[in-house]
Amino acid sequence: MKKTTFFGAVAAATMTAGFAAAGTLDDVKAKGFLQCGVSTGLAGFSAADANGNWDGFDVAVCRAVAAAVLGDPQAVKFTPTTGKTRFTALASGEIDMLARNTTWTFSRDVDLKFTFIGVNYYDGQGFMVPKELGVSSAKDLDGATVCIQTGTTTELNLADFFRSNNISYEPVPIETNAEAQQQYLAGACDVYTTDASGLAATRATFENPDDHALLPEIISKEPLGPLVRHGDDQWADIGRWVLNALIAAEELGITSANVKESAMAAGNNPEINRLLGTEGNLGEQLGLSADFAKNAIAAGGNYGEIFARHIGESTPIGLARGLNAQWTDGGLIYAPPFR
Amino acid sequence: MSDTHAQTVAYVRETMLPEQAPPSTAAGPIKWMRDNLFSSVLNTVLTLLSVYFLWVVLTLVLPWVWYGSWTASSLKECREAVAGLGLAHGAACWSVIGERYLQLIYGFYPDELYWRANLAFILMLVALAPVLYPNLARKILWFSALYPFVAFWLLWGGTLWTPVVAVAGFVFAYLAFEILNRTAGSLVAVIAAILAPVVWWLLLAGPVSNGLASVMPLAIEPVESAKFGGFMLSIIIGVTGIAMSLPLGILLALGRQSDLMIVKAICVGFIEFIRGVPLITLLFVASTLLNYFLPPGTTFDIILRVIIMVTLFASAYMAEVVRGGLAALPTGQYEAADALGLDYWKATRLITMPQALKISIPGIVSTFIGLFKDTTLVSIIGLLDPIGLTTNIRADSNWNGIVWELYGFIALIFFIFCFSMSRYSMYLERKLKTGH
Amino acid sequence: MSATTDPPKDGFQLSQLIYDTRYRSMTIQIVALVLFLLGVGWLLNNAAQNLAALGKPLSFGFLGEAAGYDINQKLIEYNNQMSHGRAALVGVLNTLLVAVLGCILATVLGVVIGVLRLSNNWVVARLMTVYIESFRNVPVLLWIVLTMAIFIESFPAPRAFRGENASASMSLWDSVALTNRGLYIPKPELYSGSTAVIVVFLLSIVGIFVFGTWSRKRQEATGQILPNFWIKLAIFFVPTLLVYFILGRPIGLELPELKGFNFQGGIYMRNSLIALTLALGLYTAAFVAENVRAGIMAVSKGQSEAAFALGLSPNRTMNLIILPQALRVIIPPLISQYLNLTKNSSLAIAVGYMDITGTLGGITLNQTGKEMECLLILMAIYLAISLLISSVMNWYNESVKLRER
Repeated sequence: MKKTTFFGAVAAATMTAGFAAAGTLDDVKAKGFLQCGVSTGLAGFSAADANGNWDGFDVAVCRAVAAAVLGDPQAVKFTPTTGKTRFTALASGEIDMLARNTTWTFSRDVDLKFTFIGVNYYDGQGFMVPKELGVSSAKDLDGATVCIQTGTTTELNLADFFRSNNISYEPVPIETNAEAQQQYLAGACDVYTTDASGLAATRATFENPDDHALLPEIISKEPLGPLVRHGDDQWADIGRWVLNALIAAEELGITSANVKESAMAAGNNPEINRLLGTEGNLGEQLGLSADFAKNAIAAGGNYGEIFARHIGESTPIGLARGLNAQWTDGGLIYAPPFR
Repeated sequence: MSDTHAQTVAYVRETMLPEQAPPSTAAGPIKWMRDNLFSSVLNTVLTLLSVYFLWVVLTLVLPWVWYGSWTASSLKECREAVAGLGLAHGAACWSVIGERYLQLIYGFYPDELYWRANLAFILMLVALAPVLYPNLARKILWFSALYPFVAFWLLWGGTLWTPVVAVAGFVFAYLAFEILNRTAGSLVAVIAAILAPVVWWLLLAGPVSNGLASVMPLAIEPVESAKFGGFMLSIIIGVTGIAMSLPLGILLALGRQSDLMIVKAICVGFIEFIRGVPLITLLFVASTLLNYFLPPGTTFDIILRVIIMVTLFASAYMAEVVRGGLAALPTGQYEAADALGLDYWKATRLITMPQALKISIPGIVSTFIGLFKDTTLVSIIGLLDPIGLTTNIRADSNWNGIVWELYGFIALIFFIFCFSMSRYSMYLERKLKTGH
Repeated sequence: MSATTDPPKDGFQLSQLIYDTRYRSMTIQIVALVLFLLGVGWLLNNAAQNLAALGKPLSFGFLGEAAGYDINQKLIEYNNQMSHGRAALVGVLNTLLVAVLGCILATVLGVVIGVLRLSNNWVVARLMTVYIESFRNVPVLLWIVLTMAIFIESFPAPRAFRGENASASMSLWDSVALTNRGLYIPKPELYSGSTAVIVVFLLSIVGIFVFGTWSRKRQEATGQILPNFWIKLAIFFVPTLLVYFILGRPIGLELPELKGFNFQGGIYMRNSLIALTLALGLYTAAFVAENVRAGIMAVSKGQSEAAFALGLSPNRTMNLIILPQALRVIIPPLISQYLNLTKNSSLAIAVGYMDITGTLGGITLNQTGKEMECLLILMAIYLAISLLISSVMNWYNESVKLRER
């Protein structure tokens, strides 16, 4: 009875071997779904609910791309990846796109050969401490035990920060946010450091969030963004301009509620018309349908809506827009013109 | 009759006294306690220590378990509800289990299709029955042989033609062997029997299956691998790993025992390599490296890659179990087979291997228990087995920070599975012993 | 097919390669070797192609580059400016440390529990059965995570030791602090003259062996038995203590004390190390206990009865008759338990213990993106450790076997 099971492997191998090779866009269209790598679970950014539906800020980017390419925001399959498996999953073609709060760095772009298609969240590494320790600056942390989420840029930033300030510390590397939180709350470490957004999200779920403070130092720049493989510029362009469409939509006041009406008839704002495909042929140039941006916006709303729904101030995560406000509001979120 | 003697010797008792109960210290619970609990000073101390330990643990754990909340919808709500009870160590929040137990069992498998997973599980028990209880009708073995295909179809869905076409490969192999064995000799037949299915699977199976499916779909709703999770995933990885590693393990064991130096060296090298490295490194290979070793452009499902590596891992252990079985056979069996003039393969197939496998069943079961427990390691490479799901559940802001309830539940389920299997293996060992 | 019926001719025919048993095995082997080499070659070729396509040629140069990350537990000097290779070495030593500690714990506990399980004390025997079954039937990863969680949740944080009305205090005359960050114990401090104490201590250990040999010879010659245990104990303690006090206590203790965020001074055993050692030790002990039980039960009852008939005391029966025989049954499975424990120590990653999987196979792999190279080295290291353990233990096993008559 036993050896026959081997067939499953053989059959599946022959069946899946057909793909790849061609451009990613053609692959995705042929498959009929987008394979998107996300985090195994980070509150607000990507988490699966009891029914197995993935939701979150990073997940929304995947859904928008799927809506733009395939016209259906549900045509996404999610591959949960860890800090270790994410890059190989992308490099080997197992996933078409990685949206897993990944920091855009030189070496990831150049050495690991990935193309970052933009920044969907400007973050920085911060510190959280219990207020009772009476620490007001990260420079007071000499000799402290620091919990770090491993497999990220955080441990390098941390080492740099403490070395440049010439103070000592004791790193406690931890695989997941859940365990780091447990250790931090129990006092097994004095400080928890990771991206400031993650800290805020974590603090929001504490029993007494007010007992904990975020230190003013942000010790690194962490532009988080989705990424694709080097070498397929068409696919990278699609991802980049879907993300830009979401950002531009917020700037232009297009929301998931009014996108249908706006797209029905050409209005008098030419940029909106070009974005939504009632004027020009931007979609065609990308190899997509004319209404790709409309679909992407209809999937989960514009950038501001996505932000507000998953990590905004009304959610338990409670992040302010800050750096991630539109450039018109003094933030860094800025879409190049659709022209 | 007692009258006459009663007067002759006054001090001789002629009648039996009624039986008396033994003194209370030499019977009943007191004697038992004396013998088993307080037989010496050391024993008394040990008994008292154990009882104290039990008392401490039970008073800690039982109220926590018993007064747990089943109704709260989030950890915060639960903590408030439990705080009202005024227990020293709080109480459990079982409602997380109530809310997520289906997910812990089936992962993200669509809930309207749970029956397919259940059916596959029940059929697995049926398929295993003739292997585990040898007295059953041998005909069920045919079902056991077909079961992997049935299970594959039930679990992953899609068209029925995929497994049918796959089985056809084996049918072709058999036919090629039978026909050519008569006309062209055994060697040609063996080569044809190997080549025919390979050609079939690699070149023809896909188009034929697609063609048949387009004529008559016979399909059930397909489920992608990414939706597999929870204990279902553990069982799938464990069972497939063991089932597929058995033939490989047998070949490796034969290779290791053979006189052919090069074959032996390859087998020993493989077995010792796999047994020398931790499973987690092999899983890292599955998650990060396996694609590099395949022709450019091939992508495999991660679950499939894990199953491949787990199979290789288990086959090395299986080889050692089977080798133990082969070594335990009396030499007379080998000599008798030689005396009958059987060649190596016939002797192995008809005489030694069936007996060796029978002796190895307990070893196989314990290898399986080990492998089943080791499937939890897949959580480290991001698969959503029960432990992987705990991370996921804790990422839900309602249940952020919950620990004991989830781990306790998972530990309990694993315990039930593994304990019953180890009992079965012990029963089998006893049965095999009396056989001699 | 005619070749098989003909008697062997002088000339060599090609078909003999298949049908002649003299050559057949050679043919099979060569075919197997060719197939094997082809298979390996195919895999390597694929790998080379894929790596070239990704622009990641196989190179081990990254081992010399600066690692850039810190490691909390290091047995040798290390800082984040040192190389990835050095970080890997730190990891190897950490792996070995936890493996050795775990093996010791597993052996001691396993023997005690295995013996207790055979005890005629009903409660104790049942309790041990429950222990063994619950540890054997739950995955070790779960035990590791659970032990760590228990450790973190049930011991006080260092900040609980602070202040006027601290909720926790140090034990053993303020010398040991058990916190959820780990255990702080005093560290010996060496002053001048301490060398003499150490030398005397080492000499007295040699003395114990010398005495043991002499005492055995004496027993064989005269039949008298000395109270060996007590004499050995005295040799162990008395000279060292005498020298220690005569020289004016040249070895002091550095006590841990709370300074800043943490305890400073003393020896610090991290929670991850303790939890991992405990979990691996307790888990493996359950298996060792079963081996011990099987070993003791394998010695037939006639052996102990014969020993009693000879008038040996229960202690000596155990030491001289039962254990030597049981050990031969116990040691082979014990080797494989040690191996399992060492391999399971790779799960350290679950509690953030920086073993070789955490450094080389974790952070280094992530930072450099050199999966192939990192995993190759990682596997080679584990393979080397495994082969080392099994050869050392096999050698011991052989030496135990040789003593049998």
